[in-house]
Amino acid sequence: MEIIISILAGVLITTGIYNLLQKQFLRIVIGTVLLSHGAHLFILTMGKLKRGQPPILTDGVTDYTDPLPQALILTSIVISFGITSLLLVLAYRTARENNTDNMEELRGTENE
Amino acid sequence: MLIAVLIPLIFAIIVPYLSKFKQKVHTGIFVFFIPFSIFLYFIRFVGSDFEPVRQTYNWIPSLGINFDFYLDGLSLLFVLLISGIGSLVVLYSVYYLHVSERLGHFYLYLLMFMTAMLGVVLSDNVFVLYTFWELTSISSFLLIGYWHYRERSRYGAQKSMLITVFGGLSMLGGLVLLSNITGTTSIQAMIAQVDVILANDYLPLIMAFILLGAFTKSAQFPFHIWLPDAMEAPTPVSAYLHSATMVKAGIFLIARFSPIFSGYEWFFIVVSIVGIVTLCWASYMAVRQTDLKGILAFSTISQLGMIMAMLGFGTGAAVFAAVFHILNHATFKGSLFMIAGIIDHETGTRDIRKLGGLFTFMPMTGILAIFGTFSMAGIPLPFLNGFYSKEAFFASTLELESTGNAIASFLVEAIPYLAVFGSIFTFVYSMYLFFGVFTGPAKLDKLKTKPHEAPIGMLVSPFILVLGVIVIGLFPNLFNGTFLIHAAEAVNSTVELEKLKFWHGFITPLFMSLAVVGIGIVFYLTRQKWSNIYHVLPGKLSFNKVYDYIIKKLDDVSAKITDSYMTGSLKTYMTIILATILVVTTFFMVVTGGFTISTDNLAEVTFIEIAVVLVITIAAIATIFTNSKLGAILITGVVGYGVATLFVIYRAPDLALTQLVIETVSVALFLLCFYHLPKLRKRTEKASTKLGNAVISIGFGALMTIIAISAHSTDWFEPISNYFIETSYKLGGGHNIVNVILVDMRGLDTLFEITVLGIAALAIVSLIKLRHDKEAK
Repeated sequence: MEIIISILAGVLITTGIYNLLQKQFLRIVIGTVLLSHGAHLFILTMGKLKRGQPPILTDGVTDYTDPLPQALILTSIVISFGITSLLLVLAYRTARENNTDNMEELRGTENE
Repeated sequence: MLIAVLIPLIFAIIVPYLSKFKQKVHTGIFVFFIPFSIFLYFIRFVGSDFEPVRQTYNWIPSLGINFDFYLDGLSLLFVLLISGIGSLVVLYSVYYLHVSERLGHFYLYLLMFMTAMLGVVLSDNVFVLYTFWELTSISSFLLIGYWHYRERSRYGAQKSMLITVFGGLSMLGGLVLLSNITGTTSIQAMIAQVDVILANDYLPLIMAFILLGAFTKSAQFPFHIWLPDAMEAPTPVSAYLHSATMVKAGIFLIARFSPIFSGYEWFFIVVSIVGIVTLCWASYMAVRQTDLKGILAFSTISQLGMIMAMLGFGTGAAVFAAVFHILNHATFKGSLFMIAGIIDHETGTRDIRKLGGLFTFMPMTGILAIFGTFSMAGIPLPFLNGFYSKEAFFASTLELESTGNAIASFLVEAIPYLAVFGSIFTFVYSMYLFFGVFTGPAKLDKLKTKPHEAPIGMLVSPFILVLGVIVIGLFPNLFNGTFLIHAAEAVNSTVELEKLKFWHGFITPLFMSLAVVGIGIVFYLTRQKWSNIYHVLPGKLSFNKVYDYIIKKLDDVSAKITDSYMTGSLKTYMTIILATILVVTTFFMVVTGGFTISTDNLAEVTFIEIAVVLVITIAAIATIFTNSKLGAILITGVVGYGVATLFVIYRAPDLALTQLVIETVSVALFLLCFYHLPKLRKRTEKASTKLGNAVISIGFGALMTIIAISAHSTDWFEPISNYFIETSYKLGGGHNIVNVILVDMRGLDTLFEITVLGIAALAIVSLIKLRHDKEAK
């Protein structure tokens, strides 16, 4: 199963990067979202999958799933969310100010 | 000695305050006492029983970089030149520079230069020497650009800076290599280890580096081009820096390192060829100039070439002649520059075509100029020091010993003829300089003012220098035993003291001198007829054009290179970054054998997971192909919820909860922006672009997959999670291990993740609230 999830992480990263390389701001934001999903799955796979109970102490259970990657992913999810929401608002403001959300048209004046 | 070196720099700090009184007292008066007292301090050391003096002051002892001052004969010669001519130049500048000029700046730069130059000739430590060396470049740059509102000044300053700093940096390379090989930073200690250096494989490189430094500083062919352009500086600066002191720093360097390199046959070949070529080319070009200072600049270059050639010969007689000529050149060239400055000052022009017949108006200046120019030409008269050094130069060209290889023996044959050739042109331009300015018809209509004799104060300095010319000319052995011989011994220990005589009888050097005078007179009188040769050689070629072309090309090519990848397009940058990471990481993985795939120790595969994985995959791929905004947002939501489902399956309740909430909020946010964002357009790229993007992204995804699998397949050490599981309740007092990790074990992560959210929230608020008031524009 780990191999399949690794491949899934790879697919998410692939599609994320493909979206990053697009011209439209919205697609780029979607790309970052996909990229962070891929990274989270990547971290989760590193900690081995399904090796015991959820990491909440209960009597009589001795083996638990690795809690550390979960803590890391939780932190990462929140940070990605912060970044995504900032990017979105940035995209919205950029589009409003410049009447375009095409990155190729937002190069600045000295390159035109 | 440290005080003597640093006192100009210390005094330079208070010069700007002194320049406030310049309306009452010219600032130069105060400054004059500094070089003069240094001169008095060092003149004490002159004597036939002179022994080298060494003094050390710590600077950076841990790196072996200290102010090691080593005063031997060679340093003493230069120190006296710097301080003596420095005093005269300051005196001259008092009358030359009007009080309306920015005197504070001028004397500050000049004093800075004085410290730098004293440091160069006294330092025994190679790195301290380099420090002072670059300080001379900087102060020279400032002095050349003194009238910074003139475009030509700025051009000349930049040119000299680029060329001399280029040489200085290569010299640093040579010095670092030397100090690494010998394990010492002291030049004298290096000379003691000359066998080690000569046996080293890097010797050609070291010599090339150090010679580059010396050739650029001393304006040797083909690096001579900066000196004529440096003539934009005020005349006192030209007289001081570009005739007597700074341009001799390269000569000093070669003399200093002669004991090391003279055992290497290429030293003789390279230095002699460069010196002789410089001598011939510059004297040939000097005849062509129309600007007085231009003639003097090329003349300086050719005389430096002559000294350089003599140092290249390296025989006892040649070294003595070189040292003698350093002294002589400083006397007559300094005076000639000052005379050129006087003429400029009194007539308002330096163009020799507009000048003529000035002798009646300026007799004193004219008399001084006679001695200067005739000494420069090397005319055989017993009161001109230039003749003695020229005679010694001819004698040394005849006494060369071939070191045995073919180039060297060819050189030995050719050098005397080249020396005569260069000297003929020297004669021609010297005569042209004097007779063109002071005799012939006066062209008063071309001058702005009616010329008249210079103020007496301006004439004092050239008068003293001309006095030096005459005294050395009359008593050529005056300084030899007490002074010059020590300087020559520092370069070549086999020097023997010879008595210089005016009349040696009929020997070859005399015939060479007579030939120079004879052919020179013919050339001078027929100058108009053969001046067309300059259209053939150099014709349209010139080294200035090469330099300008290089500078322009550097600009253009760097602009081209930068423009080729700094397109301003985010996509291009991303492509470059990702492709680099991809290539480098793959290469690294392949080289280190990082790819391992093992299929044991895997969790079992269930249908439900496969289903979720498929859904996520399809949704992720669909984000690329969708062309509707709403579709794109919803599909992204699907991926997020799919990942949340995976978290549920993989027993991560907290993650699943967070992911669900956040995904919901994200989708809501997307939908908030949805209304304001422009429509998703169709992706209109060329197929090749699509292919490129696909290659990069698929490559990257595949790489990450393989890394993940490889990382999973290697099991190097136990996870540390057992500790968390065991101590979660004992130490943290909680049952939920993930939460205990987040707030107890790794609380800092959480603190700053909260900070991240806070900053993002603040940024979003300010993005929405703060706007440019469009009305205000």
